[in-house]
Amino acid sequence: MNRTSAPDRPAAQAAPAAWEELVTSALLGTDRRPPATGGPRRAAPVALLDAAALETVRRRAGLRAAPAVRRPDPAADDPRPALPAAAARRLALLLADRPGTGSGGRRGTSPDLKELLPQWLAAANGHGYAAPAESLPALLDAARGRTDLRPAALTFAGPRALWLARLNPDWRFALRAAPGGAAAPGPDTPERVRQVWEEGLFSERVALLSALRSRDAAAARELLVASWATERAEDRLMFLDSLRTGLYADDEPFLEAALSDRSRNVRATAAELLSALPASALARRMAARAGSCVSVDRTRDVPAIVVEAPLECDTSMERDGVVAKPPTGRGQRSWWLGQLVEAASLGSWSRRLGGRSPREIVALPVADGWQAELHAAWCRAAVRQDDAEWSRALLGAPSAPEAGGPGAVSLAERAKLLGTLATAERAEWVAGFIATHGLSEAFQLLGVCAVPWAGPLGRAVVDALDIARDAGSYPWSFSGVMGLAERCLDPAEAGRLEGLLAVPDESEDAAPGAGGYWAEAFQRLMTTLRLRATMSEELAPPRPSGP
Amino acid sequence: MTQQGVRWTADQVLALAPDDSSRKAGSKLGAAGPWSEAGSSDEGTVWGLCRGSGGKPYQTVVDIADAAGPAYKCSCPSRKFPCKHAIGLLLLWAGGPGAVPTAEPPGWAEQWLEGRRKRAESKRGEAAAGPSAGSADPEAARRRAERRAERVTAGATELEQRLSDLLRAGLATAGERGYGLWEETAARMVDAQAPGLAARARELGAIPDSGPGWPVRLLEECALLHLLDQGWLRRDRLPAGLAATVRSRIGLPASADGPPVRDTWLVLAQYDTADAKLTTRRIWLHGVGSGRDALLLSYGAAGRSPELALPVGLALEAELSAYPGAGQPRAALGEQFAAPAPTSVRPPGRTPREAVARYGEALRDDPWLDAVPVTLERVIPAPDGDSWQLADADGDTALPLAPAALSRPGLWRLAALSGGAPVTVFGECGHRGFTPLTAWPEKTGEAVALC
Repeated sequence: MNRTSAPDRPAAQAAPAAWEELVTSALLGTDRRPPATGGPRRAAPVALLDAAALETVRRRAGLRAAPAVRRPDPAADDPRPALPAAAARRLALLLADRPGTGSGGRRGTSPDLKELLPQWLAAANGHGYAAPAESLPALLDAARGRTDLRPAALTFAGPRALWLARLNPDWRFALRAAPGGAAAPGPDTPERVRQVWEEGLFSERVALLSALRSRDAAAARELLVASWATERAEDRLMFLDSLRTGLYADDEPFLEAALSDRSRNVRATAAELLSALPASALARRMAARAGSCVSVDRTRDVPAIVVEAPLECDTSMERDGVVAKPPTGRGQRSWWLGQLVEAASLGSWSRRLGGRSPREIVALPVADGWQAELHAAWCRAAVRQDDAEWSRALLGAPSAPEAGGPGAVSLAERAKLLGTLATAERAEWVAGFIATHGLSEAFQLLGVCAVPWAGPLGRAVVDALDIARDAGSYPWSFSGVMGLAERCLDPAEAGRLEGLLAVPDESEDAAPGAGGYWAEAFQRLMTTLRLRATMSEELAPPRPSGP
Repeated sequence: MTQQGVRWTADQVLALAPDDSSRKAGSKLGAAGPWSEAGSSDEGTVWGLCRGSGGKPYQTVVDIADAAGPAYKCSCPSRKFPCKHAIGLLLLWAGGPGAVPTAEPPGWAEQWLEGRRKRAESKRGEAAAGPSAGSADPEAARRRAERRAERVTAGATELEQRLSDLLRAGLATAGERGYGLWEETAARMVDAQAPGLAARARELGAIPDSGPGWPVRLLEECALLHLLDQGWLRRDRLPAGLAATVRSRIGLPASADGPPVRDTWLVLAQYDTADAKLTTRRIWLHGVGSGRDALLLSYGAAGRSPELALPVGLALEAELSAYPGAGQPRAALGEQFAAPAPTSVRPPGRTPREAVARYGEALRDDPWLDAVPVTLERVIPAPDGDSWQLADADGDTALPLAPAALSRPGLWRLAALSGGAPVTVFGECGHRGFTPLTAWPEKTGEAVALC
């Protein structure tokens, strides 16, 4: 044991010469190199083995502890409370279920544990627990394989994981991912902020700016303004982009100035940010331009919107972020129109179009086939300006026939529009949509709904799955929605699934064996919901904490 | 047994699984979904119906009160033992009383238990009647033992000759001649009914490929094998204890006939090593009262988990009987007075300096000993180049980790548990270095298995 760096290597320097001699003799053979210890009474190899046995036991018995090397600096304290014991065991189970170890295609009735890990981490972070130390290696390994897990996993893992990551090159990503440290919210004294901003690396500066922006929007902007003129163009673009968080009216003068920036990309981003502020001068200018293109024709029997797309894109439009050259295949004038309407303040349309509400405006017929272009631009504006009323109008009633078809508003756009609505309203709309149109188009829309799903939405999904089963299709046609349901359905709904677990008699038009597969899929759904309920109970603090 | 405090932890349950895949499959079944009519009795039986892919649910029963470790019964066709359903059921039970309430066992479970109880009673009856009946013919047994001793002697003599030949020609030639030489020698020792010599001979074959410094290691192992041969050939001139140690090292059968020692035994580590045919499970125990360390061995055929399972962190009130031989830690589990229960008692610890001295002393009784079980107190795992060491938190000495321990995931669990602070570590300390098996955090906290 008197070996430091390589414990398996012989302690050559400490070994007495006698042992060295024995080894040499053994290596070369006693015929060529008779050992010095050989007596007259025994053959040379036996004498060598005798001596070597004695030496070996002597050497082993004489081992001494090695001198200690420098010990690592202790990891920073983690003041967060420890996980409840049951939750710690659950975590070990979730982490033991690695991807790629499943039984291949069919999923059977047991829950997909690795899909529950993100949820578990979010919940644990919500409670503010510290990760058990012995789970950190598995946690870091899991985060290494799945980038989507990293932020939550590293937050949960806390300072000790960073300490550990410094010792193992496999986990170096943890140090990169958390420049200021996930647990440390970044420098907080003004002097320190100033120092990092002036001397830090680009990535550190971006991280600093975003962190500061989410804490104190004005301070972040002022920091940026101070050094704006000296930043490189691509850096300016990234910094500007971080203002998207917490964008508000006070940002306008700075953004307005950035419209004259040397870099085209910076100008475009500034214009986009300004158009998201409905009260900004840019939004008003765009509204005036857009307004001159769109009007209501009262001369017809039924009032309709007529569109007169702009004839040219002048320099003032270009300064406000309008891109003059359309992408291949698009007409210049409709391209310009789209950009004007998209950036125009939505509030201006009511005045412009005869005092109508958004709902009435959207309901107006549009002459000469401009409807698709116009409505798409309004959708983009509603999303950008986060305007729930316009979104509601553009979404229409969920049960409307065109809501399910390839109407003017695509599913992707509808998903974005839903994002501007309050969670309850969003869930209700999607529930209505599913009730009318079924699940085949619902996946994207379900993705924007808050988890766990609200009651009506959950019921609509379960009912729709039941209908799909009765219609005789196979469950894997709905595997996407099934997977979402396992993760997002409120565990309280598990009871409602009981009736769906039985394997029904096969009807004539059903796909062969589908009933059994459905029962299996519902079984898995219910098991997963139960497991999620247990998981969240396990995470609940032992008794109400706080004052 | 099923009182609140005695429910096992999930780790303890998972330690029962025969392999990784059944561990995973079992943990997926450890939720309420597929189970129905699950329950547990105060006598230590857990049962439940598990819905599988077929129509009829599987009936799973586990008896956890048995002194010799849990017993399982499941109506599934799996050949794994215990099967994933048994693991899942125990996990469910470990999760808390909500999913597995206390109840009367249903008929099908009761039937199995009844059968087990009867078998156990008849066994006990036999054991009681055993000594008087005796072995059939002591004279025949003596003759058998004599014949075997002759064969071993012939084997040991042959092995001596082979070692002499090797040393005469030089170890350098062993590196060139490779593995085959030793495989053949090992086969000869199996024929000579000396499994201990066979295993050592086989291990010699791997040394020339074991990296820098192999001639030294090969000479050491050759010399110790020679020492064992000589010990056998002159066993009548050895003290009784050492002679028994030689017999045990040669691999001759022995029975654990030491006086039973009743104590509260802490389960310090449990780990399996497997070769193509056999899974060997080692369980280290430490007696709270006697201060003794004991090793339980349990074997299972490949793919089956050895029957005895004592998860780390439990303590059991039981009698152990030692196997013969000076310095031999091996013991057999005798009567158990209470089911294993979680404990917060930790074994007393030593410093690195004391641990090494202990290994040195142990060599006096058994010069073939590779390592001794030791608990280190207040040590800090510290990286040392490509290696690691456990450094005394209050001194300037350290134990380097054994090279084999460096590539195991347990190393990182140990590092994480420490975080640069002192920990208590149980492991095997020997001439290759220290192999950590279990660790405890500095102040309070459960044992963490590292193996």
